[in-house]
Amino acid sequence: MRKYALGIALALTLNVGTANAGPNDDTLRIAWGGELATLDRYYNVLREGIVVGRLVWDSLLYKDPKSLEFKPLLAKSFRFVNPTTMEFELRQGIVFHNGERFDADDVVYTLTYVSNPENGVLTQRNVKWIKSVEKLGDYKVRLTMKQPTPTALEFLAGPLLIYPNEYYAKVGPKGMGTKPVGTGPYRVVGFKPGESISFERNNSYFDGSPKGKPKISKIVQRTIPDRNTQITELFSGTIDWIWKVPADQAERLAGRPGIQVVNEQTLRIGYLSFDSSNRTGNNSPVNNPLVRKAIAHAINRTAIVTKLVGGSSVVVHSACHPDQFGCEQAVTKYEYDPKKAKKLLAQAGYPDGFTIDFHAYRNRPYAEAIMGFLQAVGIKTNLVYLKYAALRDKVYAGKIDFNFMTWGSYSFNDVSAITSHFFKGTRDDYARNKKLIADLELGDSSVDRKVRKAAYSRALKTIAANAYWVPLFTYNVNYAFSDKLDFTPTPDEIPRFFAAGWK
Amino acid sequence: MSVFLLKRMGLAIVVALVVSLFSFFMLRAAGDPAIAMAGEGATAADIEFIRQRFGFDRPVAEQYLSWLGGALSGDFGESSYFAKPVSLLISERLPVTLGLGLAALVFSILLAVPLGMLAAVYPNSIIDRFALTLSVLGQAMPNFWFALMLIVVLAVWYPLLPASGNAEWRNFIMPTIVLGYYATPAIMRLTRSGMLEVLGADYIRTAHAKGIPARNILFKHAMRNAILPVVSIASVQFGYMLGGSIIIESIFALHGIGQLAWESISRADLPTVQAIVLVLSLIYVGLNLAADLINAWLDPRIRIA
Repeated sequence: MRKYALGIALALTLNVGTANAGPNDDTLRIAWGGELATLDRYYNVLREGIVVGRLVWDSLLYKDPKSLEFKPLLAKSFRFVNPTTMEFELRQGIVFHNGERFDADDVVYTLTYVSNPENGVLTQRNVKWIKSVEKLGDYKVRLTMKQPTPTALEFLAGPLLIYPNEYYAKVGPKGMGTKPVGTGPYRVVGFKPGESISFERNNSYFDGSPKGKPKISKIVQRTIPDRNTQITELFSGTIDWIWKVPADQAERLAGRPGIQVVNEQTLRIGYLSFDSSNRTGNNSPVNNPLVRKAIAHAINRTAIVTKLVGGSSVVVHSACHPDQFGCEQAVTKYEYDPKKAKKLLAQAGYPDGFTIDFHAYRNRPYAEAIMGFLQAVGIKTNLVYLKYAALRDKVYAGKIDFNFMTWGSYSFNDVSAITSHFFKGTRDDYARNKKLIADLELGDSSVDRKVRKAAYSRALKTIAANAYWVPLFTYNVNYAFSDKLDFTPTPDEIPRFFAAGWK
Repeated sequence: MSVFLLKRMGLAIVVALVVSLFSFFMLRAAGDPAIAMAGEGATAADIEFIRQRFGFDRPVAEQYLSWLGGALSGDFGESSYFAKPVSLLISERLPVTLGLGLAALVFSILLAVPLGMLAAVYPNSIIDRFALTLSVLGQAMPNFWFALMLIVVLAVWYPLLPASGNAEWRNFIMPTIVLGYYATPAIMRLTRSGMLEVLGADYIRTAHAKGIPARNILFKHAMRNAILPVVSIASVQFGYMLGGSIIIESIFALHGIGQLAWESISRADLPTVQAIVLVLSLIYVGLNLAADLINAWLDPRIRIA
């Protein structure tokens, strides 16, 4: 006992030593909650995987987070030969972290490998539009699509990272998952799956990359599942950067010396979804458009945004994020008007309201606020709060009359990633409107931006006029980090540490 | 003794098997693992693809038998999330949890047994009151809250210890205190009541009458009898600690088996969850077996009956 007590006393007098994070040793220490099992971007589905992907690899194109323009990255230039064919001239003189030279073979190998369904890339949506990729010269490739794919540029500037062909052929996804090799601004020097990743600056990162030259020499990532622990690490200076801090904690953090909190929008929106086509067979009151409109009028979305969601969030009226391409804003708007809501309910044959199950999976306080507003006009709700996967099972099975959902559009700045996902007659679709489906089909398959815009505009107007959804608000993310760090978040929720530096 | 041993071991294996069977079927009833694996933006085709690739489309009984066959030969299959053998994953993470559990158990015994004995030797004294206060606090205080308070004091206000991680031994000091303190009240109360009972027994009075030094009576005569129930409770507490370390590991970002279990459940990594449940139940069953054997060794009446 005495020895043990002595041991503890001794330990307490030792200093931590590692507490001097930040510019002193030019090391950026970041923490997040997600456990990355593999760093091979084609075989993980976490957002943290996207962040690592952008550090370690490059794609053919780059989407500027400010201007939203597509710029060539590994490509020197690109052009559409016809709606289903693209050609790329590639940059010369780029080398992978292991010294392998970057050329057309790498592009052909990577894109051919990932688009082959047998290789089991987890997010098939990203790759299944590719028909073939051919080498036209050492630094020239041609990509052929299965059908016109308006979102091709998004894929080529996002998830489609280019791997070194010789290395990948040798080590496969397992080797790439533990010892990744790319052309990107940082190389991985240490990886403990689910625990930590260490990065070192790629000093020979190529000139002229729209990503810019990396500044900080080392980045160390640690997985800390508990939010409070992350915050205490930030306080004690052993971590420089965390994100997804809840609004109430962010407020308190913002007042602490040495810490800055920045709020940034994301592409995620929250919405209420109804069974408009009686898919459940319950003959639910929400089958009636008057009831759906009544619900839309009953909820004070502005109050929810200002009092609960906070940050840079805004109320949305259209079934998409306002920043997305094609997100028509001139749609029917339902302002907060409980009297009108009651009138509509009476018209629909529910003068005394009704009782309905209300499903949700996240942000319970928001769901409860919505329930309060509904109660005020006579609609009683039973909250059924489920895990995401469980609720999605029920949605797919056609068992949900009324729910509060959110959608992040997997960072795609295009309404095809949200509106088409939910209203094209798939198992997510509870509207089942043929005209709407046809409009979305047209928007998704045309490469003429004007045609697409017009088609999506019609679709979004139909959705709003029928109140198939009640779009609620955009989400935001709070980033908390050392005030010595120069870091700018972007609305696509992909932190770009290669652009970060010290003040 | 050998019949006793065989019976106990047979029972232990049956318990472990039943646990594995239950966990297997309950996990599959909880939801579609393919949907969870595919992530948020997955299409129907993505999910179907994953379902076939990992064999989730086969009958559940068939999946169980093939899993059990593998498990018996030490092959728990491949983690659907980490894409590596589950046995490797567990062998990487188990030492953290076992080390933490053992350290916490030692901490709690070193704290609880002497305090419990002192409380029994001096009942209703200040020491007794102190021991009571300590155990009431230990029972009442949620361990996650205690953990956070420790972090605030020892890592933020007075930066003496690292707040989280498992890079070095100093990372384990706070989790050991939190987890060990949690088990302290039960062990201390049991030591105290056991000692009180034994100290009032006739043979202790006889020993005193014979003039044996009080120190010898306390440690040689009384303690050996009073410690019997403590051995049982300590082994049960160790089992609880392995379970309780799920929260502690998550708060202190110790990447042990508890945290792995928790994360694996939420991402429906069934092979990993099953293997962890089996391993933990085997450990738990093994601990109970060990407690029985130690008790039998300490008390001849048990092994003869």
